[in-house]
Amino acid sequence: MSPLVPLLVLVPVATAAAGLVVGRRRVLARILAVTGPAVALLVAVAAAWEVGVDGPRVDVWSVVPTGWVPIAVATRADGLGLTVAVMVATVALAVQLYSTEYLREDPRYPSYAALVSLFTAAMLLVVVADDLVVLLVGWEVMGLCSYALIGHHWELAEARAAAVKAFVVTRLGDVGLLFGIFVLGDLAGSFQVSRIAVEVPELAGATLTVGLLLVLLGVVGKSAQVPLHVWLPDAMVGPTPVSALIHAATMVAAGVFLVARLYDAFLASAGALAVLAVLASVTMLGAALAALAQDDLKRVLAWSTSSQLAYMLGGLAVGGYTAGLFHLLAHAAFKALLFLAAGAVIHAVGTNLMAGMGGLSRRMPLTASTAGIGLLALAGVPPLAGFVSKESILGAAEEAALHGGPLPAWAAWVVLVAGLATVLVTAAYVTRAWTLTFVGPDRTAPGSRPHDPPRAMAVPLVALAVPTVVLGVLALVPDVIASVLDRAVGADGAAGPPAAAVADPGVGLTPATTVLSLLLVAVGAGLVLAERSRIRGGDPAASLGGLRRVLAGGFGVDAAYDAVVVRPVRAAARLVVAGDSQVVHAYVTGAGRAARGLGGLVHRAQTGRVQGYLAGVLGVVVLLVVAGVVLA
Amino acid sequence: MRLAFPLVVSALLFSLGVYGVLARRNAVLVLMAVELMLAAVGLNLVAFDAYWADALHGGQVLTLFVITIAAAEIGLGLAIVLLVFRERGTADLDRLDALDERAEVAAAPEAAP
Repeated sequence: MSPLVPLLVLVPVATAAAGLVVGRRRVLARILAVTGPAVALLVAVAAAWEVGVDGPRVDVWSVVPTGWVPIAVATRADGLGLTVAVMVATVALAVQLYSTEYLREDPRYPSYAALVSLFTAAMLLVVVADDLVVLLVGWEVMGLCSYALIGHHWELAEARAAAVKAFVVTRLGDVGLLFGIFVLGDLAGSFQVSRIAVEVPELAGATLTVGLLLVLLGVVGKSAQVPLHVWLPDAMVGPTPVSALIHAATMVAAGVFLVARLYDAFLASAGALAVLAVLASVTMLGAALAALAQDDLKRVLAWSTSSQLAYMLGGLAVGGYTAGLFHLLAHAAFKALLFLAAGAVIHAVGTNLMAGMGGLSRRMPLTASTAGIGLLALAGVPPLAGFVSKESILGAAEEAALHGGPLPAWAAWVVLVAGLATVLVTAAYVTRAWTLTFVGPDRTAPGSRPHDPPRAMAVPLVALAVPTVVLGVLALVPDVIASVLDRAVGADGAAGPPAAAVADPGVGLTPATTVLSLLLVAVGAGLVLAERSRIRGGDPAASLGGLRRVLAGGFGVDAAYDAVVVRPVRAAARLVVAGDSQVVHAYVTGAGRAARGLGGLVHRAQTGRVQGYLAGVLGVVVLLVVAGVVLA
Repeated sequence: MRLAFPLVVSALLFSLGVYGVLARRNAVLVLMAVELMLAAVGLNLVAFDAYWADALHGGQVLTLFVITIAAAEIGLGLAIVLLVFRERGTADLDRLDALDERAEVAAAPEAAP
């Protein structure tokens, strides 16, 4: 029983609680905000060290009897979880440090910092949980925090709408996840991933596939994949550091992580993997195309996140376990870097729109150079992290397509083709974003003086540029990444081979796809540069013509959802309201009206003439007497 | 003596009183009608007293009491009628309809400034 793993979750929770208690004392709130992830990072490294020495383990702290499948409060210390934990803590630390400066003047900073800490804690819980129900707790807390953080500027109607949208859309997926967990728990007789991994080979079949498809619903919701991707671009109204956190380390990574966590189960279901592969392929290419046409720098990054997450899920789908997760790590580094750099640019320029930027590399050299590294990594230029990880995924896809993998060959082909096409589009939108933002004519508002950010914002940029470069080089050392990300833990806590041993292509370069994708990167970037020089330094996306509007709107998926879901639901809601006010309520008011009407009839008799009353009394007395006499 | 004669007279007197109370408009006349009813009751008492030959003559004694109290009562009644007349300028019962809630409800919106 190692106390390090629970500590990993409890430290950020404690700083979040303390951050809420200190209230408006901003300096204290800042110190707490940075302490939480910093300590969590140390704990994560120590726990990872422990795993390296003693091997992976599963600790059951308590078992909650439910009358059905018991819920085990179990943590799991293994390479996969703790590597992701180190990544989460690193990005959270960078984001918190950056936020101390970025939100220096913000009146809601203390609660913001506390929420970010809680968000980090929730993600760490997801990462170290061995029981799916415990994992779900972290998963849902994260959803709640994302709602609060996206709605940070709640005085803007746009922010409120985006927060609600993110909450509702991910919650829709979470319903699927919940039932998926029930199905898996019922099948395996335990919610513990380590038990499920052992039991699963005997359980493979339609029920397992259904359970995994339900889990996938949660995954596509959280990781912003088609068809539940619509919340991610809108979530950009949140503060930029939050976008960095959501997009790089937490929220969206949780979906990919969950697939990796349940990978032994997924390997046993070719159907679920094929569905995952198709969804990932569609998202990969579609989101990259949407990124190509955006005007808002943050939305470019948002769509690119969707697209890159699809790479990870595609990689996992074709059996590239290590490759997909390595892309998760690499993406966390360079996407957090890109968002923080975008935040610095937006902070300096005062607008999100790339039309109001340009030529910033002269004024903001540090931001431009770190962002440049991030963009190159995103495009997949050697030897940066994004290059190796993307090539590994494409290599895994090629392997599965040509030599067979855990999923049907056609699905692997789909991933491979979509992946290669996306390489081209990615290079194009990266080049466009770079040329519009950092080079070319200066289009910033007159009077603004863009400059490099202060130290608290610059340090995270540089700090995140380091892994962006180093991870790429490190990955070329054979077996390093694969051994670090090892998920093998036996049910009794001892290390053992994964239940379903499928050859993992690992991390590395496959000659054919590497050459092809490098060529595609060059073509994509070249096309944009050529177009740019043809139209003399304008926006290359303008050449897309009418197609641009379709792409910028994300292929009208939002409008389609509006027509198919939102409006019918609203109409139904109106129907219910009408039914309530005009049917149910009518009975209530009707009873009142009837009583008043009857009262009005009696009211008429009240003339105020005493003689009339007496006559009435007499009449009734006579009537009673006569009746008494007659009836007696 | 036959009991029926005084009883019939008493019934006629009482009916006359009821009619007067219900139909007369002037408050003084209504009071007089009330006295007629009381007189009818007194006649009844005396008649039964004589019919049963009560040794204590309770009926006659009670009638004397009723007459005395009725005198006091009519004094009080006339005083009230007098006050009402001074207050309202009329003793017409049809116009003394302050108990009419309808009139109040109808008049209230207009009365409100």
